[in-house]
Amino acid sequence: MTQAPVLDVKQLKTSFFSADGEIPAVDEVSFSVNKGEILGIVGESGCGKSVTSLSIMKLIPQPPGKIVGGEILLNGEDIVHSSEKRMREIRGNEVAMIFQEPMTSLNPLFTIGNQLIEGIKIHTKAGKKEAFQRAVEMLKLVGLPRAEQIMHEYPHQLSGGMRQRVMIAMALSCHPKLLIADEPTTALDVTIQAQILALMKDLNEKLDTAIVLITHDLGVVAEVCERVIVMYAGKVVEEAPVIEIFKNPKHPYTHGLLESVPDVREKKERLYSIPGNVPKPGSIRKGCRFAARCEFVHERCLSDTPPLYKVEGADQHTVRCFLHESGGAASG
Amino acid sequence: MAEVLLEVNQLKKYFPINGGVFGKRVGEVKAVDDISFFVNKGETLGLVGESGCGKSTTGRMLMRLIEPTDGKVLFEGKELTNLSDGDMRKMRKEMQMVFQDPFASLNPRHTVEKILEEPLIVHGIGDKEERKKRVKEMLEVVGLSSYHAKRYPHQFSGGQRQRIGIARALMTKPKLIIADEPVSALDVSIQSQVLNLLEDLQEEFQLTYIFIAHDLGVVKHISDRVGVMYLGRLVEITTAEKLYEKPLHPYTNALLGAVPVPDPTLKKERELLTGDIPSPSNPPSGCAFHTRCRECMDICKTERPQLEEIEPGHFAACHLYKKN
Repeated sequence: MTQAPVLDVKQLKTSFFSADGEIPAVDEVSFSVNKGEILGIVGESGCGKSVTSLSIMKLIPQPPGKIVGGEILLNGEDIVHSSEKRMREIRGNEVAMIFQEPMTSLNPLFTIGNQLIEGIKIHTKAGKKEAFQRAVEMLKLVGLPRAEQIMHEYPHQLSGGMRQRVMIAMALSCHPKLLIADEPTTALDVTIQAQILALMKDLNEKLDTAIVLITHDLGVVAEVCERVIVMYAGKVVEEAPVIEIFKNPKHPYTHGLLESVPDVREKKERLYSIPGNVPKPGSIRKGCRFAARCEFVHERCLSDTPPLYKVEGADQHTVRCFLHESGGAASG
Repeated sequence: MAEVLLEVNQLKKYFPINGGVFGKRVGEVKAVDDISFFVNKGETLGLVGESGCGKSTTGRMLMRLIEPTDGKVLFEGKELTNLSDGDMRKMRKEMQMVFQDPFASLNPRHTVEKILEEPLIVHGIGDKEERKKRVKEMLEVVGLSSYHAKRYPHQFSGGQRQRIGIARALMTKPKLIIADEPVSALDVSIQSQVLNLLEDLQEEFQLTYIFIAHDLGVVKHISDRVGVMYLGRLVEITTAEKLYEKPLHPYTNALLGAVPVPDPTLKKERELLTGDIPSPSNPPSGCAFHTRCRECMDICKTERPQLEEIEPGHFAACHLYKKN
């Protein structure tokens, strides 16, 4: 794969400034997304996964938040220092986002058609009729029945699953190369979730849109993603192809996370549980962020921050843990 | 034969829909429509279903936090549905509830001590000294420390708050705990801590649980028997092993198939359920699931299937298994 990645995030650092000082929500996070790839970002609440995605869209509320360092290369263009005017062109055309709660992301006062056409007209030179046609096509593409009728309906007339389909249609209407999906199925029921995941996978193949899927559900990751990064307290702790991460998790946190999920297929006598609580962002400044909850903790973990190491004998697998030092430091 | 602790007979809840100029009753939402089941002493009964299937309404009706429209609830053979409010309050000493959102269910202006003490005051248990002692004991039991008693809910994390919620439910030494989505607001690593705690407490205090959740993995883990609900009706109920290994009802089958499995090597051919859940104010005729069912027959559209024992201990409401 020599092709330049669609998205290349390098050492991204996003902080929030409060009365207590700087709180780094995302701390030197690096990853890339290739063309047509589905990358999963997994982590628990407060690990910085949503802040990462908002940083890429440059939607971090400022103040109190600010991207304080690093680069975000979108199709080779560094957008960290782009003007707001340029960002408006980029959002929708090159990168689009869908959110967790489809009801709050749609305006209840406008029809579905209105909202879809608005985006299309802003980003392309399409006229009213053309934009309408395109909106209907998009609704059909995301598998909504009676697309023409839905154009004239309001968000409250649709169910949760249908609204999320509308959101996907809206996000993809200008054919962005990258779609960021922040917990797109968390608010949906399992049977509807299965439908939406199937749709996203299908569109990924059809349109060759790269997807960054942010989720806390490891089942969802296993189902749709090709590569996974695991985040903990603002840092990437492990990155690997999806099969590798489930078969051979290296970081104690990833391991604990996988073990603590109850499985529908088999009944474990007792669930594994990671002791302690998810740390508040910014509460740990020194050493490995997971040290306080880790069963393999040793002195060094408390004083030094481990870099990313390559995992021996595995391709594209990196882990931030001193236990795997023998693999050598990973580049980048 | 195990002793039955709770029996539910043909329980119904219809919420009125008022509309028009004079606010007349124009229809009703059949939130829970004729369900019957029992819970044995010391077991965990899981109730699963998608949003709007009536699982939470059922849980609340058992406590009479929502008044049932019709039907009976028998607790240790005693009917709850015709008790006066005062008598019902006394009964709640024996049955307690744990809620989903541990923040919304704890008063932010009260210290943990006050929150935990309140059930004892309401039921007139012990004097001041004894109550304080019991609060401290209970905090230790659920894995917190006695010095936490003086703190306020906002000083705790989500998992700790849920522990407080559980401690409060246990204060009166109840026999039955109804847990309504107790872990769905928690992170994965915290969720497993709380599930383990619930299991430990069950053993220690011989508790009976009714565990309401939408996560099929969690329900399988904790339950002895599981009931599946769809649009206010119980479609299948049996032991956890049987339900997950050999589901009878097509809906159960589809629901299990839709759960994402944390194993990327397993590329399963799943049957996707098409369409959405119909509105409970206007449920389909006959079997409520017939609009989305692949096995739908003519009879399903007209006649509502009854919950029948298909195999010993395995009940399902589906015409496919009707004995001729």
